[in-house]
Amino acid sequence: MRLRKHPILEFTPKKEIQFTFDGKRINAYEGDTVAAALHAAGIRTLSHSLKLHHPRGLFCAIGKCSSCLMEVDGCPNVKTCLIPARDGMTVKSQDGWGKFPAVITERDYKRKEIPTLETDIAIVGAGPAGLSAAIYAARLGARVLVMDENHLVGGQLIKQTHMFFGSKDHYAKTRGVNIGKLLRDQCNELGIEILTESSVIGYYHPHQLAMIHKKQLKRVNAQKVIVATGASENMLSFPGNDLPGVYGAGAIQTLMNVYGVKPADKVLMVGAGNIGVIVSYQLLQAGVEVSAVVEALPTIGAYQVHASKLVRCGVDILTSHTIVKAYGDESVEGATIAKLDDKWNIVEGTQRDISVDTICLSVGLNPASEILDQAGCQMVYIPELGGQVAKVDDNMETTISGVYVAGDVSGIEEASSAMLEGRMAGVAAVENMNGSSKQITEIKHEIRDGLNALRTGPFGEKTRTGLKKMTEVAQ
Amino acid sequence: MKNDYLKTGILKLSDIDVPPIERRRTGRVVMIECIQNIPCNPCTTICPQGAITIEGDITNIPHADFNKCNGCGLCIANCPGLAIFSVNESLEDDIAEVGIPYEFSPLPEKGEHVTVFDRSGKEICDGIVTSVRNPGSFDKTAIIYFHVPIEFSLNARFIKRKTN
Repeated sequence: MRLRKHPILEFTPKKEIQFTFDGKRINAYEGDTVAAALHAAGIRTLSHSLKLHHPRGLFCAIGKCSSCLMEVDGCPNVKTCLIPARDGMTVKSQDGWGKFPAVITERDYKRKEIPTLETDIAIVGAGPAGLSAAIYAARLGARVLVMDENHLVGGQLIKQTHMFFGSKDHYAKTRGVNIGKLLRDQCNELGIEILTESSVIGYYHPHQLAMIHKKQLKRVNAQKVIVATGASENMLSFPGNDLPGVYGAGAIQTLMNVYGVKPADKVLMVGAGNIGVIVSYQLLQAGVEVSAVVEALPTIGAYQVHASKLVRCGVDILTSHTIVKAYGDESVEGATIAKLDDKWNIVEGTQRDISVDTICLSVGLNPASEILDQAGCQMVYIPELGGQVAKVDDNMETTISGVYVAGDVSGIEEASSAMLEGRMAGVAAVENMNGSSKQITEIKHEIRDGLNALRTGPFGEKTRTGLKKMTEVAQ
Repeated sequence: MKNDYLKTGILKLSDIDVPPIERRRTGRVVMIECIQNIPCNPCTTICPQGAITIEGDITNIPHADFNKCNGCGLCIANCPGLAIFSVNESLEDDIAEVGIPYEFSPLPEKGEHVTVFDRSGKEICDGIVTSVRNPGSFDKTAIIYFHVPIEFSLNARFIKRKTN
């Protein structure tokens, strides 16, 4: 089902296209991903698991997991949350590993010339961090190439309909979706090249990247590399967590706010951090009922203002409560929740079933730092920063000279800090390449002040602790 | 219990800086319901009267000078946390006017009877919409002003239309 009326977003009619799913005709709009179009048509089961053939649905919707793999135009294991639906496509649900139908001939093995792209600074990821890095580096005269595996530019900003906190310098009170537009416009004005549908699959020393751009392997030769790959949503362990209808909260946000698909009729939200509470509110704005928010911790993690705006709409936040299981045959039909005591044990007799068609998990993010590990950067496990991160210095430079990080991949924070880290990485990369200047020193100083300001107060404590641990790690 | 809101998300009047009754009786005045150290300050920069201030770090809590505040409402539409409201007890017949930020569709209309809820989402009374402000500069956070019986003036925090 499609959203028609929305208080914040306008879903303008787009060109209609058609593709087939297991032989059935699916009507879609240009700009839909295959997975979004299938959801709009009410189809949630995209594949079946390898061994037990359990139904599988979408989980992350941004290319970070493998829950949406399907066969598209004869090619198996395609991430259908990433690729745009095209007129006349043939999409099939996938059972098991998937098979390549074509016989591979000797001719296919023949080494082909790999096209090479040259740039000063290669940036992996076109979210708030990557785009900010690109803008600041380009302003200082660097040639920049940005790559992103999604077909839309802006990372997770494109689904943030709420106004951001901060000060004027940090786009305060601007909605995330509009910040994404501002960053894209600035990139266009600066002539920054952004390649979408481009997955970076490997780093080769020094400063070379292997990339698949629209099915073609390409090489990127750069002077410096900035990794701004963001994060993926955490899974939670409970019976039934693999049923179609259990989504990451971000996936629901993508379906509803990017593609205008009504993602559910009735939702249970698991996790009362900022994302869980904000997405719950956005579900109400899209006309979806939210049964409750359960939070295992005894207190709400989200900012009070976000929690308050949800609760006054009539949605209860149940702290010290957990999800016990999800039930349903082909798809989620309900969940059992229960109260927890102060030792995290279920209080007997408090289990109750609630009938929902969707369960949203908002239980933290995990830095998407695989490429940094593969590149050979020194990695450290810092729980306060969300998991495995690369060791960096004040300039966001990793232990590999000329390789920088910015945004959630360097530690889970908010988009405001991601943008500042991106600026820092962009400026520092140019400084490393062309030498320093008074202007560069001043900009860096300003960015550092901004980051420190965002991290003051009790809500910045986790990040401050994480970053302190980082400085204590021996190189 | 102190800090109950951390368990429930519901603020109590004792958590909030409530404008004194003498001031409420002279006309619209703001109530800021933002009590944590968030890095955020648009309320201070938008206020044409300079009535809202944050001292020192941006993460400190905003304070309103109720005598400087003229109830213009710009902060209501510009607060990213939708945490600012207004109250006006200068009306007759034991009626008060409340102003709230509102981001749902469709917007209610002037004169419409609505159901009114408190901070916990509990239905408390009926209200009548008196004004809907939604200029382009508010960027889709409308302000809805509505009348409630005066005993609900400090607790009316959300409305629902009776028909959609």
